[in-house]
Amino acid sequence: MAAALARPEALAPEPMHYCPGCGHGLIHRLTAEVIDELWIREKTIGVASVGCSVFAYQYFNLDMQQAAHGRAPAVATGIKRVLPDRVVFTYQGDGDLASIGLAEIVHAAARGEKITVIFVNNANYGMTGGQMAPTTLPGQKTTSSPGGRDVKQAGHPLRIVEMLATLDGPAYLARVSVHNPAQIFKTKKAIRKAFETQISGLGFALVEVLSPCPTNWGLKPVEALRWLENNMVPYYPLGEYRSIAPGAAELNETKRRTGRTERG
Amino acid sequence: MKNGKILLKGNEALGEAAVLAGCRCFFGYPITPQTELLEYLARRLPEVDGVFLQAESEIAAINMVYGAAGAGARVMTSSSGPGISLKQEGISFLAAAGLPCVIVNVMRCGPGLGGIRPSQADYFQATRGGGHGDYRLPVLAPASVQEMADLTVRAFALADQYRTPVMILADGLLGQMMEPVELPAGPAADPPPRPWATTGCRGRQKNVINTMHLYPEELEAVNRQLQEKFQTIAREEARAEKYLTGDAEILVVAFGIVARIAKEAVNKARAAGIKAGLFRPVTLWPFPARALASAAAKARAVLTVEMNAGQMVEDVRLTLDGSRQVHFYGRAGGMIPAGQEILEEIRRIGGMQRGRCARPA
Amino acid sequence: MAKPATIEIDRERCKGCELCGAFCPKKIIRPAPDTNSFGYHPAELFDPARCTGCGICALVCPDTAIVVRKEEAA
Repeated sequence: MAAALARPEALAPEPMHYCPGCGHGLIHRLTAEVIDELWIREKTIGVASVGCSVFAYQYFNLDMQQAAHGRAPAVATGIKRVLPDRVVFTYQGDGDLASIGLAEIVHAAARGEKITVIFVNNANYGMTGGQMAPTTLPGQKTTSSPGGRDVKQAGHPLRIVEMLATLDGPAYLARVSVHNPAQIFKTKKAIRKAFETQISGLGFALVEVLSPCPTNWGLKPVEALRWLENNMVPYYPLGEYRSIAPGAAELNETKRRTGRTERG
Repeated sequence: MKNGKILLKGNEALGEAAVLAGCRCFFGYPITPQTELLEYLARRLPEVDGVFLQAESEIAAINMVYGAAGAGARVMTSSSGPGISLKQEGISFLAAAGLPCVIVNVMRCGPGLGGIRPSQADYFQATRGGGHGDYRLPVLAPASVQEMADLTVRAFALADQYRTPVMILADGLLGQMMEPVELPAGPAADPPPRPWATTGCRGRQKNVINTMHLYPEELEAVNRQLQEKFQTIAREEARAEKYLTGDAEILVVAFGIVARIAKEAVNKARAAGIKAGLFRPVTLWPFPARALASAAAKARAVLTVEMNAGQMVEDVRLTLDGSRQVHFYGRAGGMIPAGQEILEEIRRIGGMQRGRCARPA
Repeated sequence: MAKPATIEIDRERCKGCELCGAFCPKKIIRPAPDTNSFGYHPAELFDPARCTGCGICALVCPDTAIVVRKEEAA
C-alpha cells in the first residue's frame, strides 16, 4: 500500500518536545509540508525564536538560525538582505512577537521585508509556565494574572494582524486557526500563500495562527480546542486581512497608472 | 577614489576603509558622534552593490548583523555608548555563535544620556564583555584618522580569522577630526570559505546558527572551545606602540586620542630633563601586558591618563602587580585633558619621593 | 467497495492527546489501555475494517505519529 501523509522531508525525524495537544507540532508540520510542496527546502533559511518553539531549529530539516527573544524579524532581515534569492521565514510565539519583539515585527512589516512570518498565538507565555501575554484575553487567568486579566490594570490585548494591516508595507496578512480539520486545511493554505508571496517577490507575509496550549490553559487537548474556538476566535476574527489579489504584473500596472498600489 | 593621502573625517575614513576591506553590509542607527559613518555608508554601499539599512533601533541593527553574519556576509554596525549598551545581548549572541563582524563604538560621555563630547568611559564595557556570559571581544583602539582606517581593515581580518565579533573603540574626537589618510589598497581579499553559514542546505546537511545548549556538559564544552579561542587571540594578537620607553623612568600609559596628547607632554617632559615615555595599547583586549611590563622595566612610576574615572588603569595595575606605583589622571564629562595638565602630572610624580603616591586613584 | 486502508500509529511518538480519536469520522480510534515508555496511552485503531483512509487523524496529529496507508486506485 502507498503511504499517504508521511513525514515531510522539511520536518526532521526527531520526536518533538511539545506538550500533548500543543499546536506547535501541527503548525511545524504544515509549514514543512508547504516547503516540500513548493520545492524550496534547500534554499530556505528559518529563524527560530524564543519560547516553547525555541527548539524549532532542531525540528526543521533546513538551515536555521536561532534568534534572541523578539528579534527574529531583524535576524531574518539580515539574512534576506544579503541572500535575496533565498526564502527566509521566522517562527514566533506571542510573547516573542507581540511583546518584546513588537518594534521588530512592525518595522519589518512596514519595510515590506520579503520574509514570511508564522506567528503562533496561544494567549499566554507557554515556555516560562503560562504568564500573561499581550494576547491574553480579558478575564483570562494566567500565572501573572491569577484573578483574570484586568484590563483596567493590564490593558487590552493586541490584535496583531489588524495592527499590521494599517501599514502599507505588508503584502499578505491572515489569521487562521487549528481548532478543527477544516481550519487546519485553511491554515495550511494561508501558510502556502504566505510563502508564495515571498517567492513571487510581492513582499512581507504574516500568518497568525490561533493555537491551543492545553497545559497552561489547564484543559485537555480536545477541550482546549473548544476553548479556543469559543473564546479566542470571537476576539481574534479569522480571515485574510491583506492579500495582494491581482497578480504582481497587474499590481505594477495599477501602480504605474494611478500612482497608488491597489490592495484587495 | 584614488589610493594616496586624502583629507578625511575619522568616521568617513572608517567607513571607506570598511568598504575597501570587503565589507558589503551595514546596519546602523543614528547617534552622535558616529552618525556620519551611517550616512557615509548609506551613500557608498549602494555604489558597490552592498547592503545598507538604517534599522529601527540599535537592538534591531545588532540582530540584523547576527542574521547577515550567519548567512556569510562581511558585516558591520556602529553606535555610541547608549546604543552599544543596547547591543550587548546581541554581542553576547554573536560571540557565542562565533560569527565574524565588526562593531564600532565612537565613544561619547556618560553615564546615561550624558553628552556628545568624547570620552573613553566605555573601556570596561568593551573589554569586560559588556554582555552576559563568558566571552571576550578583540578591541582595537585607534589614535588617529589613519588608524581609524588601518584598524578597520585589521578588525575585519581578525573577525574572519577567528570567527569573532571585533570592536573598534574610537571616540568622538577621532570620529569628527579630519586628517590626511592613506587608504588601504584594494581590492580586498576574498573572505575565507564559510561552510557553516546558513545559505540554504543544497548539497549538504543543514547548518544551524545557535547559542542555546541546555545540557551542561555540552555548554561547558562550548565554553571551553570559546576560551581556547580567546587564549589564542590573547597570545597572538596583542598590539601596542612604545615611544621612548627604553629608558623611561616615568611611563605614561594612554590609549586613543589621549595618547596623542600625552605624547606631546612626554616630549615636553623630555625637553625639561625628565625621562618620560609613552606606552599606547592598540589592542585593549587582549591587553598588551607583556609589552607593558617590558616598557615599564626602567620606570619607577607609571601614570595612566584616560578620559574616564579610571578604567584601563585597572589593567595596568593588574599587569604590574604592585611592582610599580601606578598613578591615575582622568577627565570626565567630555573634558579633554590638555598636554599641559599631563605634563604637570608627570612633573609632580617626577618630584615625588620614591614609593609615595600623592592621591589614591 | 471501499478502498482498503489503515493507519499506523507510532506508539512512542504518540502523546495520547486524543485529537485523532475526537476527529475520526468513524470513531474507530481510542486510547490504548496500556502505556508507552513515556507513560502516555497511545492511540490505537480498534476497528481497522472501517478505516477509509480519510487521513483526518494524521492531519490533526501534532506529533506526526500517524501514517495512512491506502491501496492505489486500480
